[in-house]
Amino acid sequence: MNIYKTRKAINKLMCTIALLCAILTLVPLISIFGYVIFKGISSINIDFFMHLPKPVGEVGGGMSNAIIGSLILIGLSCLWAIPLGIAGGIYLAEFGNNKLGTTVRFAADVLNGIPSILIGIFAYTLFVLPMKSFSAVSGAFALGIIMIPTVMRTTEEMLLMVPRTIREAALALGINQFRATVSIVLKTALPGILTGILLAIARIAGETAPLLFTALGNRFWHQNLTQPIAALPLQIFAYAISPFDDWHRQAWAGALVLIVIVFLMSFISRFIIRLRYKFPTPR
Amino acid sequence: MEEVIKVLNLNAYFGNVQALKGINISIKEKMVTAIIGPSGCGKSTFIRCINRLHEVVPHTKVSGEVLLDGKDIYSTDVDPIELRRRVGMVFQKPNPFPILSIYDNVAAGLKLNGIKRKDNLDEIVEKTLKMAALWDEVKDKLNASGVSLSGGQQQRLCIARALAVKPEVILFDEPCSALDPISTAKIEELIYHLKQNYTIIIVTHNMQQAARVSDYAAFFLMGELIEFGKTQDVFTKPTDSRTEAYITGRFG
Repeated sequence: MNIYKTRKAINKLMCTIALLCAILTLVPLISIFGYVIFKGISSINIDFFMHLPKPVGEVGGGMSNAIIGSLILIGLSCLWAIPLGIAGGIYLAEFGNNKLGTTVRFAADVLNGIPSILIGIFAYTLFVLPMKSFSAVSGAFALGIIMIPTVMRTTEEMLLMVPRTIREAALALGINQFRATVSIVLKTALPGILTGILLAIARIAGETAPLLFTALGNRFWHQNLTQPIAALPLQIFAYAISPFDDWHRQAWAGALVLIVIVFLMSFISRFIIRLRYKFPTPR
Repeated sequence: MEEVIKVLNLNAYFGNVQALKGINISIKEKMVTAIIGPSGCGKSTFIRCINRLHEVVPHTKVSGEVLLDGKDIYSTDVDPIELRRRVGMVFQKPNPFPILSIYDNVAAGLKLNGIKRKDNLDEIVEKTLKMAALWDEVKDKLNASGVSLSGGQQQRLCIARALAVKPEVILFDEPCSALDPISTAKIEELIYHLKQNYTIIIVTHNMQQAARVSDYAAFFLMGELIEFGKTQDVFTKPTDSRTEAYITGRFG
């Protein structure tokens, strides 16, 4: 009887500890969200989205160039990093059971751990120095490198989660391996792969360090993609360390917009996937 | 009665383990041949050698000959992809493509091989679903997911999917092992009808099923073919004591 009581008490204690820990992990997330909304919402207005930054000393203005700049940088990065990452992931999952596969996997994991500022310096030497100009393309190059390992490894993992029998069913119909992989296996794994892509986008959307050497930032509209371009994280950084109250407020607003952009992208793409895939994927 | 498939000294390996040892067997046209034997005796491996699906598993090897209409399917000029359109397969667990609709599951083998004419496809989908005795149950929801069906319906969908590419031979790998008795009865009835047009090889654990559906039976044990003959003979007067022991339930 006594043992039974002690057991019950320990059970209760452990459950409570687990619950507390679960709640504790939510605290940073909720406080960041809450604080950014609290600080940023008051400075959000039409001007913030429609106008360029005002010259130093003038109150008002907005970050329209930085918002568009961030979207362009993200778009450009996705343009080259997603196809490369997915193709690499397909190779690893379907044909990567060899030395090359192991090497690529290891390299991707190492790349994932490299501080982003080093990737910025790399892009600087590769693009900015020869082109003799900071540019959007060099920024997108750096951000893309950061995306690739995440996209590639999630693609691989999601493809491997598709049951062997689905693959074999396709092959048994006389469908060649490439078509089977792309039209059946990849499609089955797509929602999972999309999650990986969104994680990668969320990460690069907030990257600041690699952009310092590449996109540089711009207080005006960019001329073209080989010129410096504004980006939200850069603008937030510049405004946050400035001595002006108005800029501080705008930095908060910028942070809020950045969070909302990432959130919206995630929401919209999930919605599209759900429309396109009316069917539950058994997993 | 013609021999469609003639297997000569077939050996199959997983790494260093030999799963099939010198199999010689002839499969008759438009007959149902049952492969019986205890787990791990090489039944599934055997039929997977007939559509060359064994070799898609890493570290596997096959030697010997499998003649389909007199031509060795392992000769270098045979494309396994072409072969698999002639030798269809239904798997142990129903495995419709989860992202495709019922219609597209049936049409997948054609669509993904470049046949896209809609009217033509509609016709084939309807015909094969009827052949698989599933049409009446799904004709109003062809756009629903393949995995929304019950297990037995899913397995008939997989049969329709295999039929759509117009194979000559259909391999059944324990098609009823995941199904209830009623669904099993439906599949067995289906096999009975299908043998008018197709040569069928069915792997089964279920002795009664083998007795019910097959014309010929082959008993495998530890990767060897122990006995092969008319089902009636194998079941009533087996020549090998091991066959008798297995059939009467003394082991396995």
